[in-house]
Amino acid sequence: MKFARLTLSLIAAGLLAACSSAPKTDADQGGAAVEERSSGASSAGIDNSRVVPVDAGSASGAGIAALKDPKSILSKRSVLFDYDSYVIKSEYQALIEAHAKFLLANPKMKMLIQGNTDERGSREYNLALGQKRADAVKKALTLLGVSDAQLESVSLGEEKPSCSDSSESCWAANRRGDMLYSGEF
Amino acid sequence: MNQRILTVLRRAVPGCALVLASAMVHAQLAIEITGAGANRMPVAIAAFEGENTLPRAVTDVVRADLERSGLFKMIELGPSPMGANAPVDYARVRSRGADAVAVGTVSASSGGRHQVQVQLHDSQKQVSLGGQAMMMAPNQYRATGHRIADFIYEKLTGEPGVFSTRIAYVLKVGTRYELQIADADGSNAQTALASKEPIISPAWSPDGTRLAYVSFESKKPVVYVHSLATGQRNVAANFKGSNSAPAWAPDGRRLAVVLTKDGQSQLYSVNADGSGVQRLASSAGIDTEPSWSIDGMIYFTSDRGGSPQIYRVSAGGGNAERVTFEGSYNVSPRPSPDGKSLVYVSRNGGRFQITMLDLASRQTQILTDTSKDESPSFAPNGRMILYATETGGRGVLAAVSADGRVKQRLSVQSGDVREPAWGPQPRN
Repeated sequence: MKFARLTLSLIAAGLLAACSSAPKTDADQGGAAVEERSSGASSAGIDNSRVVPVDAGSASGAGIAALKDPKSILSKRSVLFDYDSYVIKSEYQALIEAHAKFLLANPKMKMLIQGNTDERGSREYNLALGQKRADAVKKALTLLGVSDAQLESVSLGEEKPSCSDSSESCWAANRRGDMLYSGEF
Repeated sequence: MNQRILTVLRRAVPGCALVLASAMVHAQLAIEITGAGANRMPVAIAAFEGENTLPRAVTDVVRADLERSGLFKMIELGPSPMGANAPVDYARVRSRGADAVAVGTVSASSGGRHQVQVQLHDSQKQVSLGGQAMMMAPNQYRATGHRIADFIYEKLTGEPGVFSTRIAYVLKVGTRYELQIADADGSNAQTALASKEPIISPAWSPDGTRLAYVSFESKKPVVYVHSLATGQRNVAANFKGSNSAPAWAPDGRRLAVVLTKDGQSQLYSVNADGSGVQRLASSAGIDTEPSWSIDGMIYFTSDRGGSPQIYRVSAGGGNAERVTFEGSYNVSPRPSPDGKSLVYVSRNGGRFQITMLDLASRQTQILTDTSKDESPSFAPNGRMILYATETGGRGVLAAVSADGRVKQRLSVQSGDVREPAWGPQPRN
C-alpha cells in the first residue's frame, strides 16, 4: 500500500518535473528529511529491502489508556495563559504534576509542547511569544524532575487557533500551551 | 474550471495542463485600484499593427500594467492600429491629451513565433524616446506585455518597472494551505506547496529561483528551501524547538533564521542546505524577523527593551542598535532595496499599520488606512510595498506606494490570502 502510494507520487513527481512551470509539492506526502526528530537510520549505506523498526516510545498499557480516559486528569492537555503573560497559573499546578509523574514513570515517552497565541499582531513575533508559553510548561515539568530529553517545546504562534472569532473569549482560548505525547505528533 | 486558463495552459505546456490545472481550481487574484497618484501622466498605448493575430492583445496587458501603477492615466486612441515604423500623427495624439504614445508592430516570424517592435514617442517634443524589439511565442502575450510596460515605465519615470516580477503568498481555503506564486498582476497563480498545516514567512532567494519558508507539516515550525522550477526542497533548519523567520543574505548563500535550540527565539545564520549554523546576535529577550539590508545590516524585531521594537546589527556582528522609539509595538521590519528607508508594522491605538521610516531624516509616515496590516514586502524598485491585511473578515493582500498615495487590493473570490513576498527582478 505504502509502496503503491510512493510509486504514484514518484510518477506524479516525474510528470511535474517535465513541466516547465513551477510544480506543486504536496507536504502531506512527506518526503523532506527532518533532523533530530526520529531515531530512524540515515540514508547512507542502507539495505533497502530491510525494514528497521522504530520505537517511538511505549508506555505501560494502563498508562497509555489514562492519557485518553476523560476521567483521568492526564486526558487534560491544555494550559491557558493570561493576556501578554507567560506564567503558569496555580490552577494548572495539579495538571502539570500529573503529567510530570506520568513522564517520570514512562521515561521512553516523549512530549511535544506546543505554545499558541491569539491572532493579534505579527505572525513571527507571535511565534516567538508562543514559544515562551511552551517553554514555561517545559520548565515547570523539568523542575519536577522530568528529563529534558523527553521534552520538546515548540510554537505554533497564531497559526492553529482553537477558536477563530475576533473576540476576547476566543483570544483567551487561543493563549494556551498544549501537551502532546509520542504517537500524537 | 475556467476554459481560457485551461486553453492557455495547454498551449503553454502540453501534457502538463491537467496536472497544473488541478492546482489552480481556486483563486485568481483580482486587483482593484483603491487610490492613485496625484499627478498621473497622460499616456496613450495605441493598438499595435498586427496584434490581432495573437490570442489576446499585448497592448491590453501593457495598459492594465501602467494603469495599475497609479502613475499614468491611460488615454484612449481608438481601435485603429499605429505601426512602429509609420510616422506618428502627433497632432492627433496631443488633441487627445496624451503626453506620450507607444506604437508597435507584431509580425510573424519563423517557427510560429512573432516579432514585436515598440516605439515610444514624446508627443509634446515630437521625438522618439526609444524603441525595443523582442521575439515571442503567441501564448507569451502576457510576459511580452509586461516587458513592454517595464520598458515604457523606465523610459518615462527613470526607474525600472516591476511588471515582469512575481509574488509569493499563502492561500488558505478551509483547512488547506497553498503556497502560491503568481505574476505581479495576480495572473498565472501556481501552487508550489500544498499542505494541511500552516505555511508562513515565504522569502525569495535573490535570484528568484528558490523560496525559503516555514512549514508546520511536522507539527512544529521547520524552515525549508524550495526550488520552484523543480519542486525539490530541503530542510534548512530543523533544530529542537522552533525554526522560523528565514531571510536570505544578499549573496543568496546564507539565510538568517530564528531558532530556539538554545532557549528563547534568537538570530542565527545557516547555509541554504542547512549546514554551518552560527549565532548572529544574542539578547536576553526575543529576537526575531531578521531582514537583510543591501548595506550589510540586519534589521530585526526584539523585545529586549520591554516592548517589541526594531533594532539593527551588522551582519558581521557587533552591538545591536535600536531603530524605532515611538509607540509600544513596532515589528516586521523590511529595509528598502536601496537601504535608505524601512517599512514595518506599528500599532497605533489598536490598529496595526504599515509605517515608513526615512533612516536619514528619522521621519516616519503611516502609509495605510487599514488596521490589521502584516508582513510588508518591497517591490524590487522600492516604489510599492505589498502587505497582508483584512477586509470584511477575510485575509487580502494590498499594495501601497512608498509615498502612500497609490493603493491596490488583491483578493480571491473565496479564501484568505496572506504572507505575501514580492520577488526580485527576473534575470534574463
